Amino acid sequence: MKAVLGSDSQRIKRRRTNRFVQNLKRDYLLYALLLLPMAYIAIFKYAPIYGVLMAFQDYNIFQGIGGSQWVGLDVFRFIFEQDSFYRALKNTFILNLLDLAAGFPAPIILAVLLNELRFTRFKKITQTVLYLPHFLSWIIIGGMVYLMFSSGGMANTILSGLGLGKIEFLSDKTNWLIMYVAVGIWQSAGWGTILYLAAIIGINKDLYEAADIDGSSRIRKIWHITLPGIKPTIIILLILQIGRMASIGFDRPFVMGNSLVSDYSDVISTYVYRIGIGSGDFSQATAVGLFQSVVGLLFLVSANYIAKKIGEQGIW
Amino acid sequence: MVKGVSLLNRKSKTNLVDILIIAFITGVSLTCLIPFLYMIALSLSSNNAIISQKVSLWPVGFTIETYKTILSDVDMLYTLGYTIVLTILFTACCMFLTICAAYPLTKKRLMGRNFLLTAMVFTMYFSGGLIPSYILVKNLDMMNTMSSLILPGALSVFNMIILKTFFSSLPESLEEAAAIDGCNEWGILVKIVLPLSMPSIATLSLFYAVDRWNGFQDALFYITDKNLYPMQLKLYQIISANQQLDTQQGEGSMGAFIVPESLKAASVMFATVPILLVYPKLQKYFVDGVMTGAIKG
Repeated sequence: MKAVLGSDSQRIKRRRTNRFVQNLKRDYLLYALLLLPMAYIAIFKYAPIYGVLMAFQDYNIFQGIGGSQWVGLDVFRFIFEQDSFYRALKNTFILNLLDLAAGFPAPIILAVLLNELRFTRFKKITQTVLYLPHFLSWIIIGGMVYLMFSSGGMANTILSGLGLGKIEFLSDKTNWLIMYVAVGIWQSAGWGTILYLAAIIGINKDLYEAADIDGSSRIRKIWHITLPGIKPTIIILLILQIGRMASIGFDRPFVMGNSLVSDYSDVISTYVYRIGIGSGDFSQATAVGLFQSVVGLLFLVSANYIAKKIGEQGIW
Repeated sequence: MVKGVSLLNRKSKTNLVDILIIAFITGVSLTCLIPFLYMIALSLSSNNAIISQKVSLWPVGFTIETYKTILSDVDMLYTLGYTIVLTILFTACCMFLTICAAYPLTKKRLMGRNFLLTAMVFTMYFSGGLIPSYILVKNLDMMNTMSSLILPGALSVFNMIILKTFFSSLPESLEEAAAIDGCNEWGILVKIVLPLSMPSIATLSLFYAVDRWNGFQDALFYITDKNLYPMQLKLYQIISANQQLDTQQGEGSMGAFIVPESLKAASVMFATVPILLVYPKLQKYFVDGVMTGAIKG
């Protein structure tokens, strides 16, 4: 009995190995294609993930991860005692929250209004213009903002021309926050309409006809047909944005910020840059980065979980 | 491009609401154009007019000296050429890797497919962060090389999934027919799949190219040799030359300009014009790309 079982499992094993070899033989050209991309993923994506071990070491660049001393959670303890870390963390959430509160509704409103336009040609031209800022780098945008809104820029020229006083758009902290959010909306609202416009096209046209027959006003049609029609799109994009709450890009706060407003403009990404590449505290900077990655992942997973809970389609 | 549903109520006349909407949209569109008009005005104005704050949307003390300076600056033209070459190499490298990854992963029979896909998608949501990547580039001796601006970002998993989705949507019968004719997988990819996927490939190439053209962060981290500065870093250097001075001294700093505002504005235009030139023609591809990415979800 035992012998039979043994030979059985051996045969199964052999059959499995055979199938493995056969599969390899059959698809070797496909695997060959995958070699380079997978090497890329291993080197440039997974090697840095291995590199986060630095956060648990007193990392020395000459000795590498293999030779540096392990210090457990000391680096994290040190970071969590730094006021500058909390400032960066707080600013990251504040800027993201402001972006969410002011920046999220903007493309929805714009898309609904664009959809109400009846002159196709006018609509096409405005769309082309509105999408444009999305294609400019933050360096270009930042350069334009500083040229326009610095104390000697166009905005203040006009204000003083109107007999009004100067406004410190970029060196007063509160004004800077408003500018940061406004420029963000300016850059992304137009481009953000694309998905909403596509969703609006998908709405059943009979609904509008029925509403016309009932004599509904335009506002009512927007409120009762258009907005409910794009609700799934709104929700999924909202969830995506909430999921990204803990992470922030580098270019925008780096270029828009300046030394007078760094109490508001210093965020996690610029903080990591400053302590890591600026001061060479690699372990600390890696620890902050790891902290952000983990919190970011938690946000994304929770956002996705909530999305599925409330019966919407998640992102995975 | 995107046709609205309101075509239906064309019978009703243009009313006040329409005018308000048109006015609003026009206003918003103008905010997208005014910065460029101001940049043009600044770049064509004399420095005296700029310092005494006479310039708004029209050049004062018209001069093309600034553009002469930029266009005769060997460094600036070199940077432009260098950035174009960099963008082309980057895009080619990216598309090669993206295609090589996307095509095999469309094959459901491929052993280990799910594992590889999961391993790739995971990197979209979790990364080692800035510093480990920086150390990696340093350890690979790529600091101050063109490859540091090409290799670390040479494959976007998101774009790969877009392309994979598109490949999967092609009719399988075509590939089967080619296989019966004795075409191997590479032959099928090159002769059947790629020619049918040209619109997607064009779109993704544009995504990669724009990312590289606008890319700044990696150059700031990895490049210290001024000869290897891509356009955005060079532009940042020009723009931030005396920004610090300006913000610290506030109104009193007007006399202390090192780089005149007109030169900054002209540099901004110099870096923007290439985008303005290609953007209107390519806009459709970008929009298509966003849609494809969204359908994947």
